[in-house]
This record gives sequence, structure tokens and C-alpha cells, in this order.
Amino acid sequence: MTDFIKRLLRTPQGAIGMVLVLLVLLVVLFGPMLAPHDPEGLSPLTRYKGPSLAFWLGTDQYGRDIFSRLLIGARATVVMAVLATIAGTLIGAFIGTTSAFLGGRADELIMRTIDAVMSIPSLLFALLVVNLLGSSTINALIAVAIAFAPGMARITRSVALSVRKQDYVNAAIARGESSGYIIFREMLPNVIAPIIVEMTIRVSFAVMLFATLSFLGLGAQPPAAEWGLMVSEARRYMHLSAGILIWPSTAIAIVAVGFNLLGDGLRDALNPRT
Amino acid sequence: MSPNYIAKRLMMIVYTLFIVSLIVFAITQILPADAAVMMLGENATQDALAALRENMGLNAPVWQQYATWLGHVLQGDLGTSLRTGQPVGPVMFEALGRSLLLAFLSIGLMLVLAIPLGIIAAVRRGKIADMVVSLISYAGVALPEFVTATLAVLVFADLMKWLPPTGYVPLTENFGSGIAHLVLPVCVISVILIAHVSRMVRSELVDVLHTDYIRAARLKGISRGKVLRRHALRNALLPTITIVALDVGYLLGGVIVVEEIFAIPGIGRQLIVAIQARDLPAIQAGVLIMAATYSIVNFIADILYAWLDKRIQYD
Repeated sequence: MTDFIKRLLRTPQGAIGMVLVLLVLLVVLFGPMLAPHDPEGLSPLTRYKGPSLAFWLGTDQYGRDIFSRLLIGARATVVMAVLATIAGTLIGAFIGTTSAFLGGRADELIMRTIDAVMSIPSLLFALLVVNLLGSSTINALIAVAIAFAPGMARITRSVALSVRKQDYVNAAIARGESSGYIIFREMLPNVIAPIIVEMTIRVSFAVMLFATLSFLGLGAQPPAAEWGLMVSEARRYMHLSAGILIWPSTAIAIVAVGFNLLGDGLRDALNPRT
Repeated sequence: MSPNYIAKRLMMIVYTLFIVSLIVFAITQILPADAAVMMLGENATQDALAALRENMGLNAPVWQQYATWLGHVLQGDLGTSLRTGQPVGPVMFEALGRSLLLAFLSIGLMLVLAIPLGIIAAVRRGKIADMVVSLISYAGVALPEFVTATLAVLVFADLMKWLPPTGYVPLTENFGSGIAHLVLPVCVISVILIAHVSRMVRSELVDVLHTDYIRAARLKGISRGKVLRRHALRNALLPTITIVALDVGYLLGGVIVVEEIFAIPGIGRQLIVAIQARDLPAIQAGVLIMAATYSIVNFIADILYAWLDKRIQYD
């Protein structure tokens, strides 16, 4: 394990990605404790302030401290994205592995259906699901998870197909193990590494999808400190103070780049050829 | 490439659209909106609602409603908007035209920039140029379109006043103004595509440059530039066709947000309006048209690929 982390940190992508993701993790865990101001405390006298000692990143259109809002909003934005990605991955991994295990016509049918579902853009799919369930954070989570499942199923299947041909799977079939046992105990554990790489990169897409849903008014609702919502609300006031737009955008960018770099680093570290 | 392969691919489009129609119909069925209430308003009498439901076939079993709807779609009738009372099809296709203009311009800009960037990065692997290109591609994945779009409007329209902030002017009406209104949306959509495709071109080309036939060509004494043009690029750029086609799915999603922000009356904006108003026929038609566009683009890409790559025999 330490050897693996060493390999990961040797690449610049892995090292920078690790640092950024750890930073984000710290903010998620301790952000609300560190926030110097009330994130929803209105203060009409201190609106549109630039960065100062009292307000590190300045204040927004209602005089709320932007830094505090970012620290608190990290949970809404990042935790939801991670959870949605994990949920979507689990569904996708199960479908993909099952499809590869079944093989033949069943596999063909499942994959063609997955292709069909993927012809609906994931943002549109998420919009439809959220609209169907009503706009709230938890429904946005379900929407993103469902939107991610087909893509993950496709990737898992291609990895699982190569696992399916391995001797230990044939041995399990020869032993007379049940399909469920073979899928869960023999195949899934061996397709996990490439899936984790894909999952890490997808967290950044999930952050963006969540932010976009909130932006379109279908995710988190005001006065929540969700980052996408902050950008959305800042749009009308951006000519008065660019800071209220730029800081939440930067926060989104840090998370997206961090998870992307970490994913690339993991891929290199897991690849035995490098 | 055999006729068999084309027939099989066409069957796949049909199957795709069938599945999409099922999904769309299922989703709009579970929507907590009553079409009759939608049309007559909250204050309609129970009798009027019941009569309209009967008239619209809303009392029939769900599978029967699906069959009726599908039958109409197959005859080219996509239904009537609950919001405007107009036929949905013509409105959606007109909007699709504007979105396709946006999409084609974005893909064009992307190809012009992403392929050279990818080639430079691959040829100068590990050098400064390579790092600059990968920095650009990370910057491309860092921000969702609504953020890049908002920042672009802030910088180029509000502060610099170089370009109009939002709106749409048909090219036939005023070409110059129409193009000026399209510059920012096209750039915003292209950013993420450029990031993705330049990375793909780079990794494909790096792989190809390490093959034996490239080494053999170099050993024959052919110049580096000629090997790159005649041997490497042909093989490295082929997979780009597939990648670009798959990105169209992403593009159509991005178009939704960009059209909303820049107030372009394309199919994405129509869909957002339809979803917000819970206009079921419009939602069904819009999603179906988007899925069909994606399927057809991917069909063309597969055919093109099979035609260009003589090594692959499809049956």
C-alpha cells in the first residue's frame, strides 16, 4: 500500500491531484467549524466588499461572507458529487459485470439498451429525473447517479469481459458456484482497479452536473451555499463585484482539476507497464 | 464494409429510438402533472376536466396511450404543445436547426484547434509544448459551461464591450450581427471539446509513433515530417472520428446550458422551457429528436470509419 502511494506521488499529476483532493477533504470535514462568519447572515451595510482581514474573500450581494459560504458549501457540492458517483458506479458495475458474465445474446441486448440510454445526454436525463421527482438535493443525487450508470456499465463490461476468460472464473463455474457468487465474489473484485480510476475522474463531472442543475434552479435551493447556486445568483450582480462570481468558480475548478489529476495519477500508478 | 453491416447499424438506430421512446414516455407518465389540469388551469370544473381527459385518451390504459402516441410519431405527428397549443414538431425542428448551426461551428473550431494541439503535444512529448497543451486541457475540464459562459460574458461583453452579451440574430437577417452573437457561445462549447479531443489525438499519436512500421519507415530514410504526414497521422486520426461522434452526446447536453445562458432559441432552450412548464408532448418530442440526432451522427461516424479503415472487415 505504501509502495502504491509512492508510485502515485511520483507522477506530477498524482502528487498535485492528491494535495488538491486532500485539501478539499479537509474543507469538507472541518469547513463549517473554521467558517469565521454565519454563511446566511445578511448584512446590508457590508455588501460587495473586496477582500479584507475581516472578510478574506469579500462579501456577496447580501453582505454574506464568501469565504464562509465556500467552506460550508463544500459539503453540499463535493459530498453529493462523491455519493452520486459511487451510487452510479455501483449500479453500472453490477450491470456491466452481469452483462459480461451472461455473454451471448443477453449481453448483446443489455449493451444495445445501454447504448440507447446513452443517446440521451446525461444533463438532459438528470433534468428529466429531477423534474419528475421534484427539485431537491437528494433528487439531484439520484438523477446524477442514474445518468452515470450506463457509462460505468459500459466500462465495467469491457474490463469484466477480459476477467471472464480467466481460469479462476472457469474454475468457479466448474465447481458449480451460483451466478451471483461468481459475479460478486470472483469477478467484481477484479474489475475494481480500472473502475476506481474512472470513478475518480467522474467525480469532477458530477460536481459540474450538480452545479449545473443548481444553476438551472433544479438542484439546491437558495439560500443554500451550494457553489453552483452561488455562481447562478452572482450572475445578476457580477458587474458590481466580480469576486462573488470568481471565488465559487475557482472552488469548482479546484475540485474538478484535483479529482481529474488524481484519476490520471491513479491510472499511471496502477498501470504495471509504467 | 458489407450491406449487412449497414443494415445491422440501421437496426440499432431503430432499437435505440424504440428504447428512448419507452423511457421518455415512462418518465412523462410518472410526472406529477395532469395534462388536463395543465390545459384548463387549476380552476376548471370537474366535469370539464373529465370530458377533456376522455377526449385526450387519458383514461385509456397506459400501453394503449403509448401505442397511440408512437403511432402518431411514426406518421410524423409529434403532438400538440400543452403550453402554446401549437404542433410541437415544426417548432422543435426549427429550433434544432439553430442548435445544429451552433454545434457545427463548435465542432469546426474544435477540429481546427484540437488536432494541431494534439499533434504538437505528441511529437514534442515531455517537452514544454506538451506540458502547455496538457495544461490547456486541464483548464478545459476545470469549469462547467455555465461558469465559462458567465465569465466570458463578464469579460468580453460587460467589461471589454467587444461582443454582444446574449441574444440571437438569424444569419439570413444580418450576417455580421448574427456571427457576432455566435462567437461567445461557440467558444464556450468548444473549450471542453478541445480539451478532450486534443488529449485523445495526443495519446493515439504517441501509440502510433511507437509502432514498428513507423520505425521501419524512418529506417528507410524517409524524413520525420513525411513519416508523420504519410504514415502516422492517417492511423492516429481515424479513432478521432469515433471520439468526436461520441462527444456529440456531450455537445447536445452542453448546448442546453449554453443556449439558456445566451438566450439562443435552440432545441436546448425549448426543452428547458418545456420541462419547466411540464409540457409533456414538447418534452417527449425534444428528447426523441435529440436522441435521434445523436444516433444518426454516430451511425455516420461508424460508416465513415469502416469506409476509411480498410483493415476492418465488418459482417
